[in-house]
Amino acid sequence: MNPLVVPDLGLVVWTTVAFAFLFFILAKFAWKPIMAAIGERERSIEDALLKAEAAKEEMSRLTNENESLIKQARAERDLILSEARKAKDQIVSDAKELAHKEGARMIELARVEINNQKAIALADVKNQVATLSLEIAEKILRKQFEDQQQQNELVSQLLKEVKL
Amino acid sequence: MDFRPVLNSKKITLGIVLSVFSLFVSVKAFALQEKSPAEPATETKEEAKFDPTETIMEHISDSHYFHIGGKLAMPLPVILYTDKGLEVFMSSVFEEGEKIHEGKYHKYALIHDKIKAVTGEDKTEDTTAKVFDLSITKNVASLLMSVFLLLLVFLSVASTYKKRVGKAPKGLQSFLEPVILFVRDEIALPNIGYKYVRFMPLLLTVFFFILINNLIGLVPFFPGGSNLTGNIAVTMVLAVITLLVVNINGNKHYWAHIFVPSSVPVWLWPLWWVVEILGIFSKPFALMIRLFANITAGHIIVLSLISLIFVFKSVAIAPVSVAFVVFMDVLELLVAMLQAFIFTLLTALFIGTAIEEHHH
Repeated sequence: MNPLVVPDLGLVVWTTVAFAFLFFILAKFAWKPIMAAIGERERSIEDALLKAEAAKEEMSRLTNENESLIKQARAERDLILSEARKAKDQIVSDAKELAHKEGARMIELARVEINNQKAIALADVKNQVATLSLEIAEKILRKQFEDQQQQNELVSQLLKEVKL
Repeated sequence: MDFRPVLNSKKITLGIVLSVFSLFVSVKAFALQEKSPAEPATETKEEAKFDPTETIMEHISDSHYFHIGGKLAMPLPVILYTDKGLEVFMSSVFEEGEKIHEGKYHKYALIHDKIKAVTGEDKTEDTTAKVFDLSITKNVASLLMSVFLLLLVFLSVASTYKKRVGKAPKGLQSFLEPVILFVRDEIALPNIGYKYVRFMPLLLTVFFFILINNLIGLVPFFPGGSNLTGNIAVTMVLAVITLLVVNINGNKHYWAHIFVPSSVPVWLWPLWWVVEILGIFSKPFALMIRLFANITAGHIIVLSLISLIFVFKSVAIAPVSVAFVVFMDVLELLVAMLQAFIFTLLTALFIGTAIEEHHH
């Protein structure tokens, strides 16, 4: 048989011993920590990627939230502004109306007063005119009936007028 | 989705892998045939005729010397477990197989680079002595070096991982992490499924063990160049490990499929058992032969191309040889990774079928 294909027992023993030794040392002190470290790193990388993805989502969520907040704030501001404008208009128109009413009332009062004063003044004037007329009439009458004859004539005339 | 192109490219890659593999199987058969006829070394007198077979066999087989270059070789320790006790001495005592060493219990000689107990000066084998050779040969030295290198590299990488928890990989760590992830995501996960974690240490060890030894085998000078993963003893141990792991972890579906196949008529069961039990052993056997043949074939081809220079006894052939050797070395680099990948992939596949939950 060709010596190449005849296993040499000494080498078989040495290979077995050397390989077993190599296997146990490497398995315990090399492959275990190496595989553990690789697995650990792969997990941490995956973790980091997931976290980055989550952060991105959180970011876009926050942006959306911010935008909606701004929109809301803007709407609220508009609402407040329009309400304020309305209130201002209300106040102005209220004030106008009040002023109007007050003016009218005062004018009315003034007119009544004026009328009153006028009436009083008129009454006064009437009294004076009456007194004056009486005095004038008295004076005229006195003047007319200074002679006797005229007095008789009037009496007779009046008597004629009386019809019995 | 863009999954289809990926799937297609995987299919294409697998196709290339298999075709390259089959190419190598045929090359290997050719290479083995080539060298079988001229086994005895022709030792004529002055200027012995160059025998490429001898040179190649010497380079790809195990040795008690670690050749550095020229006549320079590093002697290696010899450890013999004999029936009378343990003997330890350096291989330099044999003086390249010239001398017989008188040990404590027996006389030893180096015959065809194998240590044999002998009776006397004439190198006749002593059949009464039982000698078990546990020497640190070239392959064992290379094996221990690769184990040392692997421990050095991966323990330091592991400490980097501990130091830099959760950080990006750096240096050697960043060079090896893609390979580790490749073993996990392309070999373990798709073939074994969610239970892959338990088998990761084995798959990673097998992968890097084969890879580093394939690569050391490609280094053409001193500490490298050994044909460790092209040695049947080494691939046998690896294949037996696969065999044991697969069958120890086999669940009831796996064994039921072998012994009580519901879809097979009962009268065929004995034949089925024979086929299935053969299958249990043939799968790891194929692993053993595949790795051995691929790596050995690669070494043989490179050495044959270099031998051409000496066969033709001409420097003019050197550029051609070197060009082919460079091409082959690059191809061998691919094969080194490919074979580590295939061995690990098939181991994962066998484990996957053995622990699969639903059999059809």
